[in-house]
Amino acid sequence: MSYIENENNEAHEAIRDSEDSSDFMKRFVVVPGETIIEGEDYLPGEGTRREGSKIVSSKFGLAEIAGRVIKLIPIFGAFIARRNNVVIGRVTDITYSGWLVDIDSSTSGFLPIDESPRFVNRNEMDQYLAIGDVIAAKIWSVKTKGIDLTLKGKGLGKLEGGFIFRVIPSRVPRVIGREGSMVNLIKDKTGCNITVGQNGWIWIRGETIDAEIKARKAIELVSEKVHVGGLTDKIEAWFMEEK
Amino acid sequence: MSKEYKRSDGRKNNQLRPIVAKVGIIPNADGSAMFAFGGTIAIAAVYGPRQLHPQHMQNPSTGILRCNYDLLSFSVYDRKKPGPSRRSNEISKVTEWALAPALDLKEFPAQVVDVQIYILQADAGTRTAGINAASMALAHAGLPMKDLICSVAVGKNDKHLIVDLTKEEEDYEEGEGATDFAMAKLANHDELTLLQMDGKIQPNIVKDALKLGSEACKEVYEAQKKALKEVVNGGEEK
Amino acid sequence: MSGMEMSNLTIETLDRMFADKKRFDSRGLLDLRNIEVTYDVSDKAEGSARIKMGKTDVVVGIKLQVGEPYPDSPEKGNLMVSGDLLPLASPRFESGPPGFEAIELPRLVDRAIRESGMIKFEDLVIEKGKVWTIIIDIYPINDDGNLIDASTICALAALKSAVFPEIDKEGKIDYEKKTDKKLPLSKDILPLSFSFFKLGNSIILDPTREEEEACESRVTFGISKWNSQYMLNSCQKKGEAPFTSEEIEKIMEIITKKFDEVSKKLKNFL
Repeated sequence: MSYIENENNEAHEAIRDSEDSSDFMKRFVVVPGETIIEGEDYLPGEGTRREGSKIVSSKFGLAEIAGRVIKLIPIFGAFIARRNNVVIGRVTDITYSGWLVDIDSSTSGFLPIDESPRFVNRNEMDQYLAIGDVIAAKIWSVKTKGIDLTLKGKGLGKLEGGFIFRVIPSRVPRVIGREGSMVNLIKDKTGCNITVGQNGWIWIRGETIDAEIKARKAIELVSEKVHVGGLTDKIEAWFMEEK
Repeated sequence: MSKEYKRSDGRKNNQLRPIVAKVGIIPNADGSAMFAFGGTIAIAAVYGPRQLHPQHMQNPSTGILRCNYDLLSFSVYDRKKPGPSRRSNEISKVTEWALAPALDLKEFPAQVVDVQIYILQADAGTRTAGINAASMALAHAGLPMKDLICSVAVGKNDKHLIVDLTKEEEDYEEGEGATDFAMAKLANHDELTLLQMDGKIQPNIVKDALKLGSEACKEVYEAQKKALKEVVNGGEEK
Repeated sequence: MSGMEMSNLTIETLDRMFADKKRFDSRGLLDLRNIEVTYDVSDKAEGSARIKMGKTDVVVGIKLQVGEPYPDSPEKGNLMVSGDLLPLASPRFESGPPGFEAIELPRLVDRAIRESGMIKFEDLVIEKGKVWTIIIDIYPINDDGNLIDASTICALAALKSAVFPEIDKEGKIDYEKKTDKKLPLSKDILPLSFSFFKLGNSIILDPTREEEEACESRVTFGISKWNSQYMLNSCQKKGEAPFTSEEIEKIMEIITKKFDEVSKKLKNFL
């Protein structure tokens, strides 16, 4: 199955469009093997393929016809790791050369000792990151054998306090919103620190327990609504009611 | 082959039992579904793609599909003792072969996609109901698939070709007796992925049997599509 | 769904939350989730039920078999409780021989029911040397915590709905024909199970999977009412963190209230 390579932005674009409700764009649910559209001029985007004169879906998701490239927006499914993704993971083991990290991906994550933000002595590795600790990391290489992580970068590092929980990875663009509009709204309304991992794991730390509980509820609400427009307004209204 | 044949439950030769299909019944799973042909009820859960352990089982050039099919002990009149039986082992394997052609496993090197199928209530056609449930669950899990897989049991009672046999029809003894021909295919492609048969059937009517089955598969496909789309169109999932 | 294990920071946050009497789903520490019981999971079983407690989903089936009594109880029928943690229900469960959790679950349900005296084993005798065995099979379909308590209620419901199959003239069971004769169960005895989980100094009931994984230990009690008197029928502690005797006394005060609360809720379903 060949398709045009696409960056993570694809899903973000989808969110932008849903907030705009353009007339020229058609979006509908398709199952694998279903014909999306027929015509030689169209190009198959990721998640679709060409079969003769038809563009056919390769996944269960939302097909989008807006221009020449036919897109498929996944609604469910496991996290597909990509370079530069920010992910949240849990340390599962310490080896001589780094930390093994569970990033809830089909390949395991590894943080080399050199990729910690400051110098860490080999015999003090567990004092910096122990088994069960949580990090916000960036993926810097994806191989069959494993995924390499780094903590060098803004907003990355060991996470302290708060809690982590999971949403379906394909909902992450919704949770973030157009240019961060949704997650920023929730941060404003609750006063919480929130880091959203592309792997579906989210970290929240707030001043009070009530704020943390509210932030989580808001995020879960957003992630459950798949095909709904005007979501930012709806969540604003929800916060008003919750007072 | 006679056109008029009275089936004990009043169905026509080409009529399936009432289908019930539902997606998203197991929140913990990456994908899940339930599929019933009349009194035969199957549930399926998909976990994956995920890491395969132990490491030596990993295949660096391709992913693996692992299927496990079994009956719950109270799904049959004579209680089935827990634990895999030879029959469930065989069905697990043919189910894997029936589903794999729909997936591109080369996209998941060294990884595994686990499919779990259990029968809550058995009244013939369990492997076909299981495949139909698993096919929906795989799509629900967001896996890249060529197509959905549809499965029905075609059969013969004496000379009459029928579709979706009940237990009673599987035990038919008059004339040429009962033939049970389980099949599965890609919904929109002429690719048969499961073929299993027991009984007596002349080679020259096999093509009629396959045609009957393929037609019946269309109804299965419509039910699968509807169940999948219902999960989204409510505006909320699960 | 993820097989990711509980993280340190989430455990600490849950500890603080419970200490403040708060939970993510806004329940009180001792509040149970919504319970829903349905029947007829399989018409091939003599009785069957399905429970949904929040997202926890369990099915239980009852099968009856005829056999010989145990040598030390010739005038009594038998009970066998079996089950499996199907890999279907959680990324944590694996195929293969049962792990400790899979072995423990049916055993705890067995003791809660058996020791309550609800089943009148003498009435399971068909004739001399021939008795009924009641087999309870428990299968979680989705594990979102508190499988033991959910399974006990589900087993109870399945038992109450079960009927004997017909025995034909030759003494052989005809499972395809059901009688309308219910199992010999005492109407007054209702065995339930309550598992109290501990994290830090807090004690909670009916945890979600997330909460259960954060907790350090658990004590499960089987309880029923007998001659209008509350009776504990079984008890098992799991995990390394100890309970203080004060905590156990507090649990004893709570458990009778919870028993009444849940019995009342279940009246709609049983």
